[in-house]
Amino acid sequence: ESRRALPRLHASSCRAATPAMSRPELTAPPQEFYNDTEARKYTASSRVIEIQDRLTERAVELLNFPRDGVPRLLLDVGCGSGLSGDRLTELGHEWIGTDISKSMLEVAQEREVEGGLIHYDMGHGCPFRPGVFDGAISISAVQWLCNADNSAHEPRRRLKAFFTQLYRCLRRGAKAVLQFYPDGAKQAEMITTAALRVGFSGGLVVDYPNSTRAKKYFLVLAAGPPETLPTPRSGDGTEIDADYDKGEVRVDGRSGGSNKRLKKGNGKHARTVFVGSKRHPEGKGVAWIKKKKEQARNRGKDTARDSKYTGRKRKERI
Amino acid sequence: MRLLTHNMLASNVKGTTSGFPLRIEVLQKEEREAEFHAEFLVNTLGKIEWDAFVGAARSIGADDGLPNTKPADVSGDEAFLRAFHHALLEVHVQEGYLVCPDSGRRFPITKGIPNMLLNEDEV
Repeated sequence: ESRRALPRLHASSCRAATPAMSRPELTAPPQEFYNDTEARKYTASSRVIEIQDRLTERAVELLNFPRDGVPRLLLDVGCGSGLSGDRLTELGHEWIGTDISKSMLEVAQEREVEGGLIHYDMGHGCPFRPGVFDGAISISAVQWLCNADNSAHEPRRRLKAFFTQLYRCLRRGAKAVLQFYPDGAKQAEMITTAALRVGFSGGLVVDYPNSTRAKKYFLVLAAGPPETLPTPRSGDGTEIDADYDKGEVRVDGRSGGSNKRLKKGNGKHARTVFVGSKRHPEGKGVAWIKKKKEQARNRGKDTARDSKYTGRKRKERI
Repeated sequence: MRLLTHNMLASNVKGTTSGFPLRIEVLQKEEREAEFHAEFLVNTLGKIEWDAFVGAARSIGADDGLPNTKPADVSGDEAFLRAFHHALLEVHVQEGYLVCPDSGRRFPITKGIPNMLLNEDEV
């Protein structure tokens, strides 16, 4: 190979610099675009490797597993030549990957990746029995579902088949984090709503939204509520400032009752609870709370009706 | 293809009621050492469909030391975990076929990669 300079690529993207190649999805279906030559070129690019590494790490971070060092079994959708899979292995997980490009999978085999490889079209679903995966990731792949390469590949049908079967092969409460490159807001919305429609909860997380170069889209989904509750804290709790004996915390529940017990003792006022944050230490206000409830209502979530009690400051309770 | 992968795979051809487990026809296999993680094995055991696993291991000649029923408490059972580890992760079917128990549809395995691609009329 001659020592010519590598083509200048965007810092955030593994796409080639020329306009025609800025979206491979416009060139050919993935199994044709990622042929033997392209598969090797892609996998050999240190820039691509770096980007895939970072995206995979971020996806696993978003999966938010407890930090217990237990390896999980993950699905890697559009695993390609195993760049993301290698990172999963380094992070201590087992994985099974699917990809539509035989060339990419063969490169993965040559690289002796640790994960299982399956030649499959994600637009046809997920060829697994129900509830087997602890999580799923996808790096730079699901936008390919929006291609209509021939009349049979209607995008909406493919999206539905993919998300329905993805949901099914995840164990209850397991998450899927799908990083993708939408060609615009409409496509991002199309993919997101297709996922939510089959029963996933979650939505789009956009990293660095104000930077055109660094912006990254992650669809973060959960297949139902988690199966297990979080682990409770152990120990004798002496470090917790409960002060039950000093009468600062109300123990008689919401049944009305008087404030007499609270006003006894060392005369401190009852602590009140706010919906607070660093920017709004005294609470974000009733208007903000009502706005958020309206958003939840629009998403079809069960929301308590607004009343004079909405956003009213409460006494601290156990 | 390792048995870990095989135990999760199912045929989802349209109209298939039970595409699991796929029967393995081995033409060529390979053994490759894999790192032993007892905790992973104990956790994974929970999701393994045991009959399918033993059946598959038997069909590829890797069922040494595997009991017919899934053992309950294996945390201390080094002998079992080693046998399980070997069958689960160290035997790779390189060439062969996976056959759907329901429809008889054959999925080829080449270079260790099962080809589960469906035709448009099977979707």
